[in-house]
Amino acid sequence: MIGHGGDVKGEPERCSYGSAILAAFEYLLSRYPEVFVIGQGLWSPWYVGNSMTALDKKFGVERIIDTPVSESACTGAAVGAALAGMKPIVVHPRMDFMLYAMDAIVNQAAKWSHMTGGQAHPGVTIRGIINRGGEQGAQHSQALHAWFAHVPGLRVVMPATVADARDLLISSVLCRDPVVYIDDRWLYEQTDDLPPIVERPLELEQPRCLAPGDDITIVACSYSTKLALDARLSLMDGGISAEVIDLRVLNPFRAELITASVMKTGRLLAVDGGWTTCGIASEVIAATLVQLPVGSLKARPRRICLPDAPAPTSHALEKTYYPDASLIVSNVRELMA
Amino acid sequence: MKNSGNLADLSDPLKFHAPIAIGECQPGILISQLRSMMTIRMAEQHLGEMRKQGYIGGPVHLGVGQEAIAVGVSTCLRGSDRVFSGHRSHAHLLALGGSIHGLFAEILGKDTGLSRGMGGSMHLWDQANGFYGSVPIVAGTVPLAVGAGLAARMTGSGDVGLCYFGDGAVEEGVVHESLNLARMLKAPTIFVVENNLFASHMHVDLRQPRQAMARFAQAHDIGSEIVDGNDVVAIAAAAARLVDRARKGGGPGFLEAITYRWYGHVDWREDIDVGVNRSIEDLANWRKRDPIRRLVDGMKLAGIWSDEQQESLESECRDLIGAAWAEAMNDPWPQAEALLDRVYSTGRKAGA
Repeated sequence: MIGHGGDVKGEPERCSYGSAILAAFEYLLSRYPEVFVIGQGLWSPWYVGNSMTALDKKFGVERIIDTPVSESACTGAAVGAALAGMKPIVVHPRMDFMLYAMDAIVNQAAKWSHMTGGQAHPGVTIRGIINRGGEQGAQHSQALHAWFAHVPGLRVVMPATVADARDLLISSVLCRDPVVYIDDRWLYEQTDDLPPIVERPLELEQPRCLAPGDDITIVACSYSTKLALDARLSLMDGGISAEVIDLRVLNPFRAELITASVMKTGRLLAVDGGWTTCGIASEVIAATLVQLPVGSLKARPRRICLPDAPAPTSHALEKTYYPDASLIVSNVRELMA
Repeated sequence: MKNSGNLADLSDPLKFHAPIAIGECQPGILISQLRSMMTIRMAEQHLGEMRKQGYIGGPVHLGVGQEAIAVGVSTCLRGSDRVFSGHRSHAHLLALGGSIHGLFAEILGKDTGLSRGMGGSMHLWDQANGFYGSVPIVAGTVPLAVGAGLAARMTGSGDVGLCYFGDGAVEEGVVHESLNLARMLKAPTIFVVENNLFASHMHVDLRQPRQAMARFAQAHDIGSEIVDGNDVVAIAAAAARLVDRARKGGGPGFLEAITYRWYGHVDWREDIDVGVNRSIEDLANWRKRDPIRRLVDGMKLAGIWSDEQQESLESECRDLIGAAWAEAMNDPWPQAEALLDRVYSTGRKAGA
């Protein structure tokens, strides 16, 4: 099996994004008996890509629980199990179906610490998978991270890199707070060399500069970060130096790194795979602008998001609907003009 | 009676007025149950009065008339079991041994409250006594109790997860998901339905084709019992059967207790003016099915209780409640920092 992430040998190991998630599951299930996984499709070879292959065989169906078609009860049960001292991971193979579980996530998991005066901590991890494209349409394509980023009490993480896919999942599960961990299947084939696993508290994780630059700050998360990195390479050919910041943690939202970067570059482009209005790109721009000294900007901030419309099914429309690297490149060139 | 879908005499307010048959019950346990029911009733009546007088700012959902259910069920529980509830939860908490002062302080929004003044009447937490939380989202804690049961099964503790909810909650979809999930996972979860025939202002006949909630337990292949919810002896016996079976690996159980609340959905009023199908006559007749008076009568018939003892108990409860209230009224408010410090486990600097 690939993708142990080098934690055994202590040497870097080539790993895909999908197998990095698998490595995190194996690490957690091997070391923490209170970790279990619950959700639909966990005994199926095709539901969740290669990110959970054979976990049921290795760790047993008592800990890898495939369930009835009941997102609401399963997520609520995970919240209750977390209150009882377990470290559950709920898997929603397509996050559109997570909407059935919104009470458990937003009313229950997010609120209990506050409304019990800091005594109850439902440390549940809720993994939502963005699974779009392929002419699946409006109810099989959504990226709803901005909704969860809006809710105090939830931590929301979106790994863009192979290392983060593994390490942020480990940090999420070991965190005492409820965490919504969102991965995008369009990233599963990315590969990278992974160092040995080091456990890090999730509250220490923040936005990170993945590539330095002087002319413009591009802020993105998840698959949009990959697009931004691709665009940055194209822009270098034209002599434009773009700095790419990966948000990684959307809630609690931290704008300090972005603000410092924009003070240097004077330009800000926010890219997101969610809708435009009230999306995470809006927060990136708003939170940065309120911190920036007047006169810091050389151009108006700009955002590239999904149009404010549900996902289409027709292949011809899908190509227009989803932003790509060339759209980022053309926008940056306009901002530099 | 089992799973017929109808409640027959149990929902007839003219029936079940006689003293409770205490049978072979130990006097010590009965006295303890009576004390608990009296404490709960007098504490809730005090809350109603303080709400009426304006000392309490938020809503209180009182369960006066329904005390036997929490007390009967709690008789069968142990400290490591995990109990969940909803908006009408004072009795469930107090019956586990929860602090009256802690409850009063919480309802007053004081720093010394059970939820440190952050929850009020509808968001209570008392982990030390096995009370794992109440919330006012109807049916919100039902799946949580399944998870607590699942955790107990996975760790082999022999504990149960238990959730109290009402006949209205049964109309929420997540209850049915939870019943099926508990059954399929063999989670030791006890579902306790306090069927008081009303959801807010709506009588069950206006909401469901049949009155017995246990018909849904049958649909999900879960063992169930339907009992007179104003008979603490019957409730304790039925709960003991279901809890013991769950502890031994028999999976979930479903207890339906038929009862009636003396006050309206919220606060101290009787709501006979706004309640559909809730008449003065019905209320008067249901008051004759008083779980406390019937228990006292049963104990007196058996020669283990007297009017003098009852008066003494009342006086004792009154003093306890008066002292707890006075202390809570003088307690400090939460500091302003509490607003941001408890959102995450790491305190205010959640992302630092």
